[in-house]
Amino acid sequence: MILTAVAAAESNPLLPHPAEMAIGGFAFLLVLFFVGKLLVPRIQKTLEERTAAIEGGIQKAQDAQAEAQAMLAQYKEQLAEARHEASRLREEAREQGAQIKAELREEAQAEARRLIEAAHAQIEADRQQAFAQLRAEIGRLSTDLAGRIVGESLEDEARQRRTVDRFLEELESSSAAVR
Amino acid sequence: MSAALPLLAAEEFQAPGLGLFDWPALVEGQAWFNKPALFALIAALLVIVFAFSAFSRPQLVPRGMQNIGELAYVFVREQVARPFLGKDSDRWMPLLFSMFLFVWIMNLFGSVIFIQFPVMSRIGYPAVLAIGVWLLVMYLGIKHQGPIGFFKNVMFPPGLPKWIYVLVAPIELVSTFFLRHITHAVRLFATMMAGHLIIALFSEVGWHFLFVQLTPLGAPVGVIGVIMTIILTAFELFIQALQAYVFALLTAMFINDAQHAH
Repeated sequence: MILTAVAAAESNPLLPHPAEMAIGGFAFLLVLFFVGKLLVPRIQKTLEERTAAIEGGIQKAQDAQAEAQAMLAQYKEQLAEARHEASRLREEAREQGAQIKAELREEAQAEARRLIEAAHAQIEADRQQAFAQLRAEIGRLSTDLAGRIVGESLEDEARQRRTVDRFLEELESSSAAVR
Repeated sequence: MSAALPLLAAEEFQAPGLGLFDWPALVEGQAWFNKPALFALIAALLVIVFAFSAFSRPQLVPRGMQNIGELAYVFVREQVARPFLGKDSDRWMPLLFSMFLFVWIMNLFGSVIFIQFPVMSRIGYPAVLAIGVWLLVMYLGIKHQGPIGFFKNVMFPPGLPKWIYVLVAPIELVSTFFLRHITHAVRLFATMMAGHLIIALFSEVGWHFLFVQLTPLGAPVGVIGVIMTIILTAFELFIQALQAYVFALLTAMFINDAQHAH
């Protein structure tokens, strides 16, 4: 044993033994086949799938975010539109209210004017009628009175007075009847 | 190693030598089957078992061993393959990942208690890997650049004054096609061998001066030996991983050089 050890120690450590190379090569080829050929492609595939999955997830998240942004913008727009619409409606209602008020007032005034005018006309008509009636009555009464005065031919003062009184009495009673 | 050595060493301290790297056959008559050979096979088995436990059923959401396997895989991809191979990385990852793990485990045996022998400190093991890489690089170079173009691109890099090619051509020829592949193997072999020798030396110092011959003067030396052994073992753990990384990195570089003329 000592002899072989010494003999081996004298051999050049830089010169490879064929047996070692054969074993080393065999061992490495085993590793290369099982690890390199069978197992590494599996992990490569998995890593690629993971990358794809993560990228897909990121893409999905980005899409969702974009969608949410779009929806938010849409809601904001709708809200602004609704506000605008509401203020427009309010304005319109106010205008309409003012208009209605003005119309009503005008109508009321017109009605009042019309009523007043009608009343005036009625009064005027009544007055005209009263005048006409009165004038006719006065004329008739005057001629009547004048005839009586002339007919009595002024016999005496007492008679005259009676006549006048009677006339006045008649007049009173007739005007009472008219009233 | 043998019964005679401790008797010899009992008299005076003897530094361990190259005999550390010679191993008798484990089975009588089968000279090839020694300790390095056994652990080369065990290293292959360990790498396969590890990769199998990590990658046999890979999940999109990794658990347990797959996490560790992916850590190693991504490290090799980002630190070894990407710097040289770029987009081609995935194509060469089977080779580079197998190579990194295999070399590292072979180295790591140097710091595993009861094994304590880096298999890569036997030149045959790195040599066969380097020869394999050399064959691959020759094949790729001829395939991608043509048999003449491959040599021409290496020996006559453009943009130099004419007369300097007298110098450059032979240097590039020898360096690119042979020397860098030889140093590829020797670098790994030599660092592992040197590291093993130094650790063996300091642990021998500790053993000799604290256990074999305990003397008042020798004891402090023995303590230093033990401390240095511990420190250097930590350093070795780093070197083992670094050399595996460098070996795989150079492989990636050679492959890239063969695929694209520079």
